Amino acid sequence: MNEHQIRGLIDEVKAGKLPRRGFIQQMVGLGLTAPMASMMLMQAGVAQAQTAMPTYKPTKRGGGGTLKVLWWQGPVHLNPHWATGTKEQEGSRIFYEPLAAWDNDGNLFPVLAAEVPTSQNGGVSADGKVITWKLKQGVTWHDGKPFTADDVVFNWEFIKDPATASSLIAVYKDIKVEKLDSHTVRITFPKATPFWAEPFVGTNGMILPKHLFAPYMGAKSREAPMNMAPVGTGPYKFVDFKPGDMVRGALNPNYHQPNRPYFDNFEMKGGGDAIGAARAVLQTGEYDYAWNLQVEDEILKRLEASGKGKVTIVPGGNIEFILLNVTDPWNEVDGERASVKSKHPAFQDKAVREAMGLLVDRKSVEDFIYGRTGVATANFLNNPERYRSKTTKFEFNVDKANQVLEAAGWKKGADGIRAKGNVKLKFVYQTSVNQPRQKTQAIVKDACAKAGIELELKSVTAAVFFGGDFANPDTYQKFWSDMQMYTTTMTQPDPQTFMEQYCSWELAQKENKWAKRNISRWRSEEYDKLHTAAQSEMDAVKRAAMFVKMNELVIADGYIIPVVFRPRPSAAALKLVAPLSGWDNDMWALPHWYKES
Amino acid sequence: MGNYLLRRLLIALPSLLGISLVLFTVLALAPGDPFEELATNPAVPPEVRLALRAQLGLDDPVWQRYLHWLSSMLQGNWGFSFVSRIDVDTLILQRLPVTIAIVGSAVILGLVVALPVGILAAVKPYSWFDRIASTLAFIGFSLPTFFIGLLFILLFSIELGWLPFVFRADLSETGWRWWIEQFKQSVMPVTVLGMAFAASWMRYVRSSVLDVVRLDYVATARSKGLSERVVILKHATRNALIPVVTLVALQLPQLFGGAIVTEQIFRIPGIGSLLIDAILRNDTPVIMAVTFVLSALVILFNLLADVLYGWLDPRISYR
Repeated sequence: MNEHQIRGLIDEVKAGKLPRRGFIQQMVGLGLTAPMASMMLMQAGVAQAQTAMPTYKPTKRGGGGTLKVLWWQGPVHLNPHWATGTKEQEGSRIFYEPLAAWDNDGNLFPVLAAEVPTSQNGGVSADGKVITWKLKQGVTWHDGKPFTADDVVFNWEFIKDPATASSLIAVYKDIKVEKLDSHTVRITFPKATPFWAEPFVGTNGMILPKHLFAPYMGAKSREAPMNMAPVGTGPYKFVDFKPGDMVRGALNPNYHQPNRPYFDNFEMKGGGDAIGAARAVLQTGEYDYAWNLQVEDEILKRLEASGKGKVTIVPGGNIEFILLNVTDPWNEVDGERASVKSKHPAFQDKAVREAMGLLVDRKSVEDFIYGRTGVATANFLNNPERYRSKTTKFEFNVDKANQVLEAAGWKKGADGIRAKGNVKLKFVYQTSVNQPRQKTQAIVKDACAKAGIELELKSVTAAVFFGGDFANPDTYQKFWSDMQMYTTTMTQPDPQTFMEQYCSWELAQKENKWAKRNISRWRSEEYDKLHTAAQSEMDAVKRAAMFVKMNELVIADGYIIPVVFRPRPSAAALKLVAPLSGWDNDMWALPHWYKES
Repeated sequence: MGNYLLRRLLIALPSLLGISLVLFTVLALAPGDPFEELATNPAVPPEVRLALRAQLGLDDPVWQRYLHWLSSMLQGNWGFSFVSRIDVDTLILQRLPVTIAIVGSAVILGLVVALPVGILAAVKPYSWFDRIASTLAFIGFSLPTFFIGLLFILLFSIELGWLPFVFRADLSETGWRWWIEQFKQSVMPVTVLGMAFAASWMRYVRSSVLDVVRLDYVATARSKGLSERVVILKHATRNALIPVVTLVALQLPQLFGGAIVTEQIFRIPGIGSLLIDAILRNDTPVIMAVTFVLSALVILFNLLADVLYGWLDPRISYR
């Protein structure tokens, strides 16, 4: 799909011919995120949809008893700016709030902001460099102090200080944040930024109180008692916290939204394993909600049959994919294995890559391994025929793979393995130790055997594979094998940083201790140019088309084979009404949670 | 006696130093990175992770890190956890009460079961009582705790729905209701652990009492006309308990170390689950602190067992 076609769709939305939701779903099918699609509509002047929250029935604050949620990995601290994973973000989100959150359709939902900035209300400047946020009036911190623009400005100063060692530094270090009046802040970006809703929004944007954190800037931030006992603006006030075990909160009687929250107390228990967590919600009903259930769908279905709870699956940006090595992992060039100067002996032939793509039976992987928790994908799968790209398709066809290889001159030898010259189609296929992954490996191996390709399966303990120890030969960053498979997570709604993993300046190699992100070592000048251009392209539609094109470039070259898209499953008690979003934390709408009577 | 104690304590110092050195080296050699999640998250620039590593001194040579750790440990500074950035001693103190309560009750339960059953079985060897007790003991120590734990959960929590299987350290109930809830949630983990202790101890008690009851002095005691009760409890058991004391004493450091597997199954926030979490997250300061204190306790309790010998058997003297 190109820019022109996307514009056509936007016009259809404007004319009311295509529902807003339909447009967003199509964009998601293209590999873009819902927040990005919604930003496109916003820029085109289509007003944001009202967030489709389920009707909130309680008519007064409190009275709901205790809400008990189970996080099988509990948060170990409650400072959102240090969060290395979602567990700390989720724990912090009980007490802290951002200016706005992302709902499941990609709409911005104002929380501490009075309204979402748009070009119509003057919040977004014409050159795309300045964003003005108006803050909600009358919000107070749990200790009674008022929430003002000073707090917002302080958070920027806190995060951008390298001594704070915040994991969010990349979002905040280049912007400038100023206070205009007590309830207005202005963000200035160094260059036109089409996707401006990243600082102070969603998982990246929780606001800490200035009056408490000010003495703990930079390196002293570790000593702040609030890291363990937060004082926020959220629906629940802090009661107590034991790292890795329990977070407790109690109703905030001064919460800034009427009649909310419904529950008098809140408990987040951590520890144990995912299956046990699913069981405590779905089978025994001891808990009301459990997060991130990485459990085989078959087991989830069996537990669900007990009738105490239901499984909800929300989209997210996780893709399980196979990488074919662009470089030669077995021979050293200039003292480096898999050097970017080398070429993979077999995969440099496009026919071999095409055959590999044909030999991954994504449908079976979905049907027999992941079920609802892994949807077969080639990025363009769910789209209507007329938008499906001609260059990328997803097919499982052993005969065709055989034909392709035969035509390219790869002949079967006496041992049944194809070879050309002295290159044999024998590959090492590595991944981390994880049952679904080993099953997927077996499915691919079987199909390859039928096409005269021999795969040697290798599985590495996750701690080593993802460990990032540059002295270890088995890390996924080094990629010293022919093929490898893992999940890449897209934690931000905007794909700019995510797509950087195929830029040539990100090549993971010896000189940067393999710490950079381009692990497949695939590179293309056209891709680099598109990525650079997208960084400052102000027109959201043009920019979206660029990302679609980048996606196509990567897929069409055949080195990257997406397998399944992995949405996030969670479990909730039958009576619990908990709006979830795939583009934000599970706790994004915590004030709106309640139980049906 | 004082001399002996002093000598033993002095010998313990180099062993502790050696232990800490080995632990530190092994941890340094083990693969993994506390900031693994940052490495796998493509939205976080690699510089953030590298800066964090540099800030926490992870890139320094191993010997330098060890000396640094040793010097701050000697000053009573246990360091802070890489992942939660709070002090290790705070973390441990938070977890200790639960572990002591659970493992302590399990040890008491184990002793209460093992001592009488072992003695009775030894007094009447190969009787029906002995056979049944021994069979149960064999089953008890052949089945791993995680298996029995899961069976218990399946039976009591899921099928019958009597007991909760998620342990909560801070119950919201007060007064007698708190005790009831605490009892309900502790029953399964304490029983599972206690039975495992009891099974092996019972076998030891039985065999050492059996060894002693055949000795001449027991026959003498009987022929003096002492009652059977006095003969067994005062004369036979006191001598028989010497090897059992060592065994129990060596298990006691577990009061601090927690029971990793059982704590994980029942989600008990004790030292064991702290340790396993720290290992999974490569949180070196926490692993070091827990394992080091554990080894110090093993040495201490060993000494304690030796001292107890003297009280149980006045023939042993310390030189």
